[in-house]
Amino acid sequence: MSQPTSDKKDHLIQAFRRLLPAEAVLSETEDLRPFECDGLSVYRRLPMLVVLPDSIEQVQSIMRICHEAKVPVVARGAGTGLSGGALPLENGVLLSLAKFKQILNIDPQNAMATVQPGVRNLAISEAAAAHNLYYAPDPSSQIACTIGGNVAENSGGVHCLKYGLTVHNILQLKIVTVEGELITIGGETLDSPGYDLLALMTGSEGMLGVIVEVTVKLLPTPERAQVVLAAFDDVAKAGEAVGAIIAAGIIPAGLEMMDKLAIQAAEDFVHAGYPRDAKAILLCELDGTNAEVSEQIMIVRDVLMESGATEVRTAKDETERQIFWKGRKSAFPAVGRISPDYYCMDGTIPRSQLPLVLRRMSEMSDEYNLPVANVFHAGDGNLHPLILFDANQPGELERTEEFGRRILELCVDVGGTITGEHGVGMEKIDQMCVQFQSAELSQFHAVKAAFDPEALLNPGKAVPTLHRCAEFGAMHVHKGQLPHPELERF
Amino acid sequence: MSSRIDELLKNQVRQAAKDGRKFNIVGGGSKAWLGRDSDGETLDISQHSGIADYDPRELVITARAGTPLQIIEDTLAESGQMLAFEPPYFGEYATLGGTIACGLSGPRRPYAGSARDFVLGCKLLNGKGEIMRFGGQVMKNVAGYDVSRLMAGAYGTLGVLLELSLKVLPRPASSVTLCHESNPNDAIQLMSGLLSKPLPVDGSCYYKGQCYIRLSGSKQSVIDAQKKLPGEVLSLRSQFWERLREHELSFFDNDKPLWRIVVKPASKPLPLEGEWLLDWGGAQRWLSSDASVETIRKIAQQFGGYATLFRGADRTGEVFQPLAQPLQLLHQRLKTSFDPDAIFNPGRMYAEL
Repeated sequence: MSQPTSDKKDHLIQAFRRLLPAEAVLSETEDLRPFECDGLSVYRRLPMLVVLPDSIEQVQSIMRICHEAKVPVVARGAGTGLSGGALPLENGVLLSLAKFKQILNIDPQNAMATVQPGVRNLAISEAAAAHNLYYAPDPSSQIACTIGGNVAENSGGVHCLKYGLTVHNILQLKIVTVEGELITIGGETLDSPGYDLLALMTGSEGMLGVIVEVTVKLLPTPERAQVVLAAFDDVAKAGEAVGAIIAAGIIPAGLEMMDKLAIQAAEDFVHAGYPRDAKAILLCELDGTNAEVSEQIMIVRDVLMESGATEVRTAKDETERQIFWKGRKSAFPAVGRISPDYYCMDGTIPRSQLPLVLRRMSEMSDEYNLPVANVFHAGDGNLHPLILFDANQPGELERTEEFGRRILELCVDVGGTITGEHGVGMEKIDQMCVQFQSAELSQFHAVKAAFDPEALLNPGKAVPTLHRCAEFGAMHVHKGQLPHPELERF
Repeated sequence: MSSRIDELLKNQVRQAAKDGRKFNIVGGGSKAWLGRDSDGETLDISQHSGIADYDPRELVITARAGTPLQIIEDTLAESGQMLAFEPPYFGEYATLGGTIACGLSGPRRPYAGSARDFVLGCKLLNGKGEIMRFGGQVMKNVAGYDVSRLMAGAYGTLGVLLELSLKVLPRPASSVTLCHESNPNDAIQLMSGLLSKPLPVDGSCYYKGQCYIRLSGSKQSVIDAQKKLPGEVLSLRSQFWERLREHELSFFDNDKPLWRIVVKPASKPLPLEGEWLLDWGGAQRWLSSDASVETIRKIAQQFGGYATLFRGADRTGEVFQPLAQPLQLLHQRLKTSFDPDAIFNPGRMYAEL
């Protein structure tokens, strides 16, 4: 792509100013600065321009202008993403959906809500609470992250095993295409005619269209939720217990695991009452009818004791339940207090591989001389190892990134994936070459081209070019096999 | 074994692409009547059978697409698990591949999720004769576009499903069906209202003046819920939900065209002549009627929904609700991205796909 000339920039500024109020078109460096990164701040880049529309018609016009000028566009919600998916392009326009903040309709009769993309995840549940309804996916950033970004990343949270990811909890999207056309995908119905484009759009990381409206499914607030905390003197035993709970025919609403370093950091930070000397804890949340929860608590307590738990505690009331969860939900900032920097990974593995993966990560931690705090969505095998490092120490960031890459490759080796819920973005683009072969990557590019033939929507993210994989492969021989051997090496 | 059959299928597809031939993908043939008429030589995948991996603790089953659905469900039942979307068979020889390709879900769908919701990954043969894997065997996976869920309900028009991984769930410990007399308005209000109530409901249906509600879960929670809802307990021997799922209730024994109309669950009865059966808490409505295609589609759209000509009448016309122009174009481009020579199931879904 050619370098942006100041002519092009001036032309765009003029076109946008005819469309938007002056304060909604940002072009000065100090105004662009807040948009230079998302939640993964090791990647930073200033966009050419930022636009902040507040209507669908404006988004359509912006897309038409950019399409005509062949300028790439990166859409952005709250910027809480953890994979650099909203990283701007220096020759591109950053399209902020921050002004789309309205809840358009809550329909309790049909258990659904229609909202603008800039509505915060938690705000939907808060608005639905009056009807005893809620929106199930609850990423830990739910106070700040927006529903548009949740759809783009197919966000998860702690309740995925029972209630699914974003893809399972939305009904309809309105998107603006790269040409500026408004289309409706899905419907206010349980399914809709044609291909399941709703599934394809969810998690597409802003590569296929700009989400301008979302209709979500709401669920009845369960009659009761209860959490059981179990301590273990061995991480592997905790991992076994996770499988044993599932084998007992129970699908917990949440099943979370933390290791010693994470427990201690959380305990020091929020005093959740976690056993400080434990090697691992499990938090098992059960929800449903009163009778169901009572029965399941008894079963889970038995299973945990049989799995060798050193202590099993049931939250005695709602306050204690909230405190147990507070420790888990503040695990990331808690780790942030004990280390200058940390790097959060996001692989998913089959649950049975948990003991092996934990052991290998511990060995690698020694090898790289970098501590790891482990926080898992254990129920669905989604790992969040936090690598502790100090970016001010020369070479530590590079060592951390290499360690992180090896963790992701380990996840692929045991039959898992490089990302469970944070997305590929910029961060894991090279690991996509490990998880997928050329034919699959080519198919992804063909799907992208069906929506965006000139690759103007968030180009360079999520799916690597085959050329990039060949170069990555040349540096990185996996299991003695050169990936993509059919490609020429440059 | 499977890789040899994979290779055979791959070569057949590559040859067909060269020769300009078309394929009609067939598993057990149980749903051949669904969708539009499609010509093309039979591409038989029924030999492509067998469970590749199943560990009840992982809540995942992986099987080749030609595996009989019955074998999958029997295997899961042995470990106290199930396919929670309650797939219709529509014939003894239904296969896993056909089940996902048609994307049909049974009575539990509004409460547990649809066929596509339970798809975790697939192995796919595209129209260029390339074998690819998407998704995987884990619950959470956002690497790459969600191609495997896109295959659910695509009627084989994007490629040949070779293998599928599905999420499975434990079977409920206890289940009871309540039945009471009602009228359409009251039944719709009750059934759609249950979608917002924290009760262990996993089926609700209304037809011929009777409203049926299924409760499933732990024994005590079913007993408790029974006290909060109207109706007498229906004998298990009636096999009501199985017969509903398989369209074996007397309602379906009818020569008139059968329409599947999907609307918001709380929608009032639609002003269309014919016989009605309401499933999915009011969200999926079956209509047996001679009314014109135009009238049915128009009314369904007025109610924010859509209509499919499910069974009978002209299978060469638009069986599925026609798509708006920009969406139709997108469908054609996507089809081309997977199957550039339009080899697979031509016209099965829409004439232009």
